[in-house]
Amino acid sequence: MSESVDTFGRRLHYLNADFGVKSWLLTRDHKRIALLYLISITIFFALGGLMAVGIRLELATPQGDLVQPDTYNRLFTMHGVLMIFFFLIPSIPAVLGNFLIPLMIGAKDLAFPKLNLASWYIYNIAGFFTLWAVAQGGVDTGWTFYTPYSTTYSNSYVIATALGVFISGFSSILTAVNFIVTIHRMRAPGLTWFRLPLFIWAHYATSLVIILGTPVIAVTILMVAAERLLHIGIFDPALGGDPVLFQHLFWFYSHPAVYIMILPSMGVVSELIAAFTRKRIFGYKFIAGASVAIAVLGFLVWGHHMFLSSQSVYAGMVFSVLSMLVAVPSAIKVFNWIATMYKGSVSWDTPMLYAMGFIGLFTIGGLTGVMLATLGIDIHVHDTYFVVAHFHYVMVGGAIMGYLGGLHFWWPKMTGRLYPVFWSKFAAIIIFVGFNLTFFPQFLLGYLGMPRRYHVYPADFQVLNVMSSAGATVLGVGYLIPLVYFVWSMRYGKRADRNPWGAIGLEWNTGSPPPQHNFHEIPTVDWDAYGYLPDTPAGTGESWGIAVPTQRQDRTQDDG
Amino acid sequence: MSEHVTSITTYLVIFFALLVLTGVTVGVAYVDLGPLNDVVAMAIAVFKASLVVLFFMHVKNSRRMTKITVVSSLFWLLILFGLTLSDYWTRGFLG
Ligand code: HEM
Ligand SMILES: [Cu+2]
Repeated sequence: MSESVDTFGRRLHYLNADFGVKSWLLTRDHKRIALLYLISITIFFALGGLMAVGIRLELATPQGDLVQPDTYNRLFTMHGVLMIFFFLIPSIPAVLGNFLIPLMIGAKDLAFPKLNLASWYIYNIAGFFTLWAVAQGGVDTGWTFYTPYSTTYSNSYVIATALGVFISGFSSILTAVNFIVTIHRMRAPGLTWFRLPLFIWAHYATSLVIILGTPVIAVTILMVAAERLLHIGIFDPALGGDPVLFQHLFWFYSHPAVYIMILPSMGVVSELIAAFTRKRIFGYKFIAGASVAIAVLGFLVWGHHMFLSSQSVYAGMVFSVLSMLVAVPSAIKVFNWIATMYKGSVSWDTPMLYAMGFIGLFTIGGLTGVMLATLGIDIHVHDTYFVVAHFHYVMVGGAIMGYLGGLHFWWPKMTGRLYPVFWSKFAAIIIFVGFNLTFFPQFLLGYLGMPRRYHVYPADFQVLNVMSSAGATVLGVGYLIPLVYFVWSMRYGKRADRNPWGAIGLEWNTGSPPPQHNFHEIPTVDWDAYGYLPDTPAGTGESWGIAVPTQRQDRTQDDG
Repeated sequence: MSEHVTSITTYLVIFFALLVLTGVTVGVAYVDLGPLNDVVAMAIAVFKASLVVLFFMHVKNSRRMTKITVVSSLFWLLILFGLTLSDYWTRGFLG
């Protein structure tokens, strides 16, 4: 394979093939767009995190002594809006998916490179729109925008925020269309569907959910705006509308949206488990099928958010049963990952620590979801901190753990640099501890009856709340450490070779960072994914400065 | 991929049919059919939409993949309506 070099004999790749602001802002290279997205979503993550700091500071004491009730409402609303629509939904697909899908399937780029760039611009416009609403005074309806409060009573910036969310939906849709077409039409010769890495299957399923769900939330937001501005009666009973209809439409999208967040993360975890146990994923077809099953079943359960909304008890029963069904494919994945680890040569590198974090925390989050889907239990804990703990276990403990694990796994590929091993493991452990300290007490608080979305609470709840706020501090520090060493590594990190983990996959068969057009020659694939057989030669793994044997089966005792 | 060219005549016929059906919708609005009022209006609207999708949007002569996409999005709409109605239609059951 020939490498191109510049006039000084340095290897040319996508980062140094072109220079200057314009070469970035007008790029059509999926790898550069992925980095642009990485910067944008990191900013929104930081802003959303800042709001969380405000919430946890206020809740450190039972009295409302830091912010006004009204301000508190705005804090948790903006926290939810920024984290869900501007961080979690784009996170893995727009950064890792964007970067890796073409590399993993042996393509030169996504099918529609210009649309890809457009999606980044649309995302930023949506973000600025929302930030503008924040600067004006924010919005106080909760990220759920429930009617008739949002359409009739709230005097905050509902329409501006909602339009921000509306616009961001278009960027998701463009990304999803791009992924679907790319996966259908641009696979390398020989790369059949069942040879695809599970990361690709997960993104395919996610893209389907985005395309089928996002238009519904878009229309719903427009209806909210129409009612608020023009007083067209859709949701407001005073105008002849029905407020519960809003909840049906909202959750038709927003329950599947939780799978938009978790499915890509599951895709990452499949890659990590295979690479760090040196085994083919156990039950490959089941995991691939489970992704699609989750995408489909995820659309049939939304009523579990509405058990106490005056929804009929019969519909409640149907939604309850269907919700339990959706736990089945999730459980299939967890069991298969664990079965993969069984008798594998497990090495505890940083990404694997995150994968372990994902499995444990997602399992707790998923199982408490099944508890919530049980009608009787939900009556007790609906709208309490129990629900808050549940969804943070799946979204922060699940989705973000997967995102960080993926970033740590592919960072050498994306930047060509290595980060400090010690600090990365240290941060992974801090994050795990901080996470549990923050959110486990919230299960107890909710079960004891502390409602969500209030800025004051009875003094009896203070100990658990202080634990939670203290945990949030630890978690915050945990998130800052990777930020520091990732930035540091771009300049000072050791150079990575093409395959620092000795992993299998087309993305590891090209340079780190990859050349501008990914591959010097398009590969032909005649093997299944994860061919980690005992006698396959491993990658060198040299660049981490640790002794990695060249034969995979020798890695049994190796903890590097 | 076969490129199918629709003739101008087909477009004109469909266009004319759409005009006629619009006329029918307006006309029927003057006749009181009782509970059938909405049913008839919706039936005509669905028929018109189908004509647009099949001919103007070329779905009739598209590849199987396109057809599957159209049918599955309709199916999704059915899920949205169906499960929502499973709430509204059963609210009275408890009396
Ligand atoms: C194993 C399958 C799951 C089941 C059965 C389940 C069930 C539930 C139920 C019944 C509720 C409503 C509780 C209430 O408001 O009283 C709920 C809330 C929630 N769940 Fe899950 N869940 C599951 C997985 C997930 C996943 C994977 C995520 C995200 C990645 C997630 C995110 C959320 C969110 C954000 C809420 C709260 C929404 C709000 O009211 O603000 N859930 N879940
Ligand atoms: Cu849900």
